Amino acid sequence: MTLGLFLEQLLNGVQFGVMLFLMAAGLTLVFGIMNLVNLAHGSLYMMGAYFTVAAVNWTGYYVAGVLLGLAATLLLGMLVEVVTLRTLYERDHLDQVLATFGLILFFNELVAILWGRTALDLARPEWLQGHIDLFASSRYPLYRAVIIGVGLAVAACLWYVVTRTRLGMLVRAGASNRTMVAALGVNIRLLYTFVFGFGAALAGLAGIMAGPIYAVQPGMGELILIQVFVVIVIGGIGSIRGSFVGALIVGIVDTLGRAFLKPLLGTVLSPSYADAAGPALASMLIYLLMALVLALRPEGLFPSRGS
Amino acid sequence: MAEPLLEVRGLSKSFGALRATDSVDLAVIAGETHAIIGPNGAGKTTLIGQLAGNLQPDSGAIRFSGEDITRMPAHTRALRGLSRSFQITSIYRDFSALDNVALAVQAHSGHSFRFWKIAQEDTALTSPALELLKKTGLEARKNVLAANLSHGEQRQLEIAMALAGRPRLLLLDEPVAGMGVEESQRMIEFLDGLKGTTTIVLVEHDMDAVFTLADRISVLVYGRIIATSKPSAIRANREVQKAYLGADS
Amino acid sequence: MNRARIVFWVVLVALLLALPPVAAALQQPFYLDLVRKVMIFAIAAASLNLILGYGGMVSFGHAAYLGIGGYAVGILAFYGIFNGWLQWGVAIGASALVALAIGAVSIRTSGIYFIMITLAFTQMLYYLGISLEEYGGDDGMRIKARSDFSGLIDLGDPAAFYYLTLALMLACLYLVHRLSNSRFGMVLRAAKSNEPRSRAIGFSPYAYRLAAFVIAGAMCGLAGALFVNHTAFLTPEFMHWTRSGEIMFMVILGGMASTAGPLLGALALLVVETLLAGWTEHWQVVLGPLLVLSVLFFRRGLAGLIPGAKDG
Repeated sequence: MTLGLFLEQLLNGVQFGVMLFLMAAGLTLVFGIMNLVNLAHGSLYMMGAYFTVAAVNWTGYYVAGVLLGLAATLLLGMLVEVVTLRTLYERDHLDQVLATFGLILFFNELVAILWGRTALDLARPEWLQGHIDLFASSRYPLYRAVIIGVGLAVAACLWYVVTRTRLGMLVRAGASNRTMVAALGVNIRLLYTFVFGFGAALAGLAGIMAGPIYAVQPGMGELILIQVFVVIVIGGIGSIRGSFVGALIVGIVDTLGRAFLKPLLGTVLSPSYADAAGPALASMLIYLLMALVLALRPEGLFPSRGS
Repeated sequence: MAEPLLEVRGLSKSFGALRATDSVDLAVIAGETHAIIGPNGAGKTTLIGQLAGNLQPDSGAIRFSGEDITRMPAHTRALRGLSRSFQITSIYRDFSALDNVALAVQAHSGHSFRFWKIAQEDTALTSPALELLKKTGLEARKNVLAANLSHGEQRQLEIAMALAGRPRLLLLDEPVAGMGVEESQRMIEFLDGLKGTTTIVLVEHDMDAVFTLADRISVLVYGRIIATSKPSAIRANREVQKAYLGADS
Repeated sequence: MNRARIVFWVVLVALLLALPPVAAALQQPFYLDLVRKVMIFAIAAASLNLILGYGGMVSFGHAAYLGIGGYAVGILAFYGIFNGWLQWGVAIGASALVALAIGAVSIRTSGIYFIMITLAFTQMLYYLGISLEEYGGDDGMRIKARSDFSGLIDLGDPAAFYYLTLALMLACLYLVHRLSNSRFGMVLRAAKSNEPRSRAIGFSPYAYRLAAFVIAGAMCGLAGALFVNHTAFLTPEFMHWTRSGEIMFMVILGGMASTAGPLLGALALLVVETLLAGWTEHWQVVLGPLLVLSVLFFRRGLAGLIPGAKDG
């Protein structure tokens, strides 16, 4: 195991973590502010990828496709909120889980009808191909580096908006006291629709960036969604900071585990055992980590004060 | 002087910069009815929460019958004989009145890892429950869903539940809150009937209830006890009068 | 039990008893298969009903025990162990143990955390199943032979298997009925109705919830053992989280906290799925919105509608 290899996998872990953060931020915002459990968040991630594939194919340009895809996902999010989710704010979490579960089935099949079940190709454009040079004479794929950059930029913007602007104040205030905020004349419904749409856009962005790396296919959202749940449990619900830390932890642990657990085990166990146990253990790693965090701190690492 | 049944020493709790409970000392003698009064925002609910075990104090100690219960969870305190009622009615709304009290009886009947016998047909539970309903005047309403009882009846139900298991100390958080004149009267008479057999710590705003029932009164202002005395002395106390100026009762 | 309920159950059991000969006479073995599957899932739904319907614990990972039960039987069969008593015993025991482990950690949380955690643990087991290449990985594997109950009953005979399933299902429904009305069940229901109140009178719900979780897991493990014999094929899809959602819907559609609910819900959902699947390959695009609508407008469930199906 060389330093270069370790560095590359570490960066992959950060890249995965950053994508998890985009998803987690949207999910935790919606839960923290509207007290809504949204299982269909993964579907928005998936729709972001699919919309972009369609838009890129239609316009022929990557950037235009991405922007159109993002816009479409934002609109879809707001549409879903207005049509189905509004009635769920008053209901208990069980109802929300069930209803959004139904939405998942719907979207997965819709996508299969429109685009088929085989994985689609979302190729990265030429100017995002290639590598950048790191120290220790290793290189790293440019595309993944861009993902890290975009993710960190979004994180910084989110932090700024939520903590330093009036809009962020409104959002945080809405979280702690809906009726008061409404009484102040703020249009709560509009705020909620906007917050949900924004969360959808974040998920869509993650889906768009994921396109060239992971497969664009029905059900892609749920694979990452459950890992996003692990992030939120570890980081603490309702907390953007918790999502960020949790996402990086989960991303790095999962990636390094998958890369190095098998060879690591191979040093102490026989090759055949390591071959079998390695991948199995690696896929369970983040869940075991979650169980550990739960045993020590059931509220997560950075629980938000309100919840 | 006999050791107090409930002894609180130096109890403190802060929420950020707010000292909700400020070094409270309290001694409740067995058999007495001890009222805690104070203007709004004095910290009565926080104090009750710590006595009942729903809130953990920052510092100080609570002793019940000689045992240190400061870190004891709420359910263990209940089983030790320290029962409470809630300020905002908290009952099992989707169960009948009888079921509500039977559950309280069940909680005091050892462990509940009994898997076969139908609980609602278990006379070991329903008989004591019926007795308690009789005592609190709810016998006729035993099969009514708790949610469908009147507000006053629900508060009576709370008391019935608190009495299951023959508690040594009753912690009552505003028992007549929200009640009309007649209902309040009945509740006050009922609590009067408990005097002597059960020690009662009573948090109340209703001065009628307080001065009828209390053997001693403690006054809580900004988290501190400023006076503990017999009702007549409290009534005459200047500090207390000052604290209440502007506050109604 | 009042008259309506007696009539309901007598009619229901009579219909179920009569199905195999009728299906044979009409030469439609498909229906026997379908109803047997319904009853197996009724057991799974009944076990979830105990902790969800009565206990208020929104476990989105219940399919895990279906999988553990199935894998216990499948793995033992893989190694040539076909003794049904042993296989099913291991299925139930392993499910109980895993439920104990998962429950011990999860039940310390509540609300949305509990939902996410149970979902995550099930996903973990699903990935574990996929990684077990020995036993088929994500393609799954055929079971060489069904569980052998040494002459007592031949699971290869569809009707015999059907009647066994019927008997087991009725036993499980009755067990959940007794449990939910016992002192044990009352603690669960009280804690669901008002947890602070429960603590105030002296209950500490954790141990009871954990016990219920283990019992539910074990019962679902039995359903898993039955299911793998029914399909004769083992796959990690047993534990897919969408299956957890399906089982949950069966509990809701049938009517939470009712004895007949799990059966009615399993019947409703599987019949609807079968009808839709016969109509279009993309049946989920219709089922999804149907489920959403049922949550929004039909929360009470079937047991509230059918005379005699409601408890008490």
